[in-house]
Parts: sequence; C-alpha cells; structure tokens
Amino acid sequence: MIGLEHYLTVAAVLFVIGIFGLFLNRKNVIILLMSIELILLSVNINMVAFSSYLGDMAGQVFTLFILTVAAAEAAIGLAILVVFFRNRGTIDVEDVNVMKG
Amino acid sequence: MIVTLAFYLFALGVLGGGLFTVLSRNPVHSVLFLILSFFSAAGLFVLLGAEFIAMLLMIVYVGAVAVLFLFVVMMLDVDFAELKAGMAQYMPVALAIGIVLLMSLGLAFGDWQAADGAEAARAAVTPEGVENTAALGLVLYEQYFMIFQLAGLILFVAMIGAIVLTLRHREGIKRQNVLEQMWRDPGKAIEMKDVKPGQGL
Repeated sequence: MIGLEHYLTVAAVLFVIGIFGLFLNRKNVIILLMSIELILLSVNINMVAFSSYLGDMAGQVFTLFILTVAAAEAAIGLAILVVFFRNRGTIDVEDVNVMKG
Repeated sequence: MIVTLAFYLFALGVLGGGLFTVLSRNPVHSVLFLILSFFSAAGLFVLLGAEFIAMLLMIVYVGAVAVLFLFVVMMLDVDFAELKAGMAQYMPVALAIGIVLLMSLGLAFGDWQAADGAEAARAAVTPEGVENTAALGLVLYEQYFMIFQLAGLILFVAMIGAIVLTLRHREGIKRQNVLEQMWRDPGKAIEMKDVKPGQGL
C-alpha cells in the first residue's frame, strides 16, 4: 500500500537532486535553470500528495499557480540567457560581472 | 498491487530523470531526461487522483517549458565541454550539501504527524462524487478567482518581458515595408520605353 510518506520521500529526494544540481553545475546556466525546474516539480509533488491524502482541493489549485510561476520564470530566464549570450558570447556564470555586483 | 508497481516505476522515472538531468554531459540529453522526469511526475499525479494537474504538467512542462529549453540549448553555440570541466571539482561540496540536506529532510519526515485540527482546517474540501477537473474548476473559479486572474497577469508580463528582451533591430538587412508595397501602382512601377527595331536599349 502506497502511503503519503512514499510520495513525500520521492519529493524530498527530487528536491535534494535539484539542490545537488545547483552546486554541481556552477557554470552552466541552462542546467541551473533545469535544476530550479526540478525543485519546483518536487514542491508540486508534495502539494498534490498532501491535497490528495487530506482531501483538500486547495493544494491542487496552488500547484496550478506554482506551474504558472515556473513557466514564467523559465521564459524570462531563458530570454535573459539569450541576450547575455549575444552580448558576451558565453553562458559561464563566472563571466556574469557586467554590473560589478 | 498494480498501483504499487506503477508507483515505484514512476518514482524511479522521476528520480532517475532528475539525477541524469543534473549529471549528463550533453545538455540535449539533460533536457530529454528532464522530459522523462516530468512525464513520470504526471504519472504519479494520476496515481494520486489529480488527473487535471497531470495533463497540465504534460502540456505546460513537456510541451512548453522543456521544448523552450531544447530550442535554447540547440540554438546557442556554446562549448559545453568547457563548461563541464569544473564538474569534478565541485562534486565533493555538492555531495556533502546534498547528503546533509537529505538527512535533515529525513529527520523531519521520520518524526512527522498531522495536527489534530488538520481535518477541520481544510480550505476547500474535495466534494464527493465529482470528478477531479470539475472539482478543481469549482474551487478555482469561486474561492481563488482573483489569484487565478493574477496568475494570468504574471504570464502576460512574462510574455511581454521575454519579447522585449530578445527583440532586436538589426541594421543592414532587407526588410519588408508593407505600406510601400501597397502604395505601389503601375504608374510608378512601369516605365514605357520606345525601342527602335534592330537596336537595344
């Protein structure tokens, strides 16, 4: 029998894989964005699992909003990436120092 | 039994896809593993009885986000081998942080129980005998209508932002001028020449 804990474990491990990816691919912005997508997906799994086992539709509604934010974030992030590549000819994070921040 | 089998299959797909997204050397493979991960997560959502979210995940994530990633990966002429060079160097730190985080999450999940008032505190109780999509629509369009509209606004702003960021006016290339084309008439475009027989122009 598959319980709530099984889904929570999958979500937790996926979250950690996302964080792991953030630290592992410190140079490649595309993989960084994909890792952020994985983290958001793990949050979605958590939301839907709790929603299903508690019998509360609100969790699925908020999954919808997380999905919206994730799509918007990917679009804007990739647009910034394309503009940055046009200007500098690279997508290395260590070269992102135009603003001297 | 079949549900248990399906759960472990999809969980393996999600985690394996996620892991190889992160580890893969070729970013195109990364995107394909990301798609595998999204598909498996959609399978998990179907098992949980959230069919609408599952189908939305396939349409939005696989159909839009992953394809967007694929386009950008294939269009940018980047030397990915060079970017991957430092991966071995970051591996110990990344592994340490991952294991510590996993253990702390494990501690939280190991000793976890629902609050006494959790059942009573539900925001929108799932109605009996209504299928998932209809139930979601009932909640979304009544209790969360304002946030739903704001989500649309976020997508709209993101769309305009992406267009404004990537649009550029290139100099020195030929462009179509529709008005100029429409204002052309035979009087301006055709010139009559009187060519004598036996001679050229």
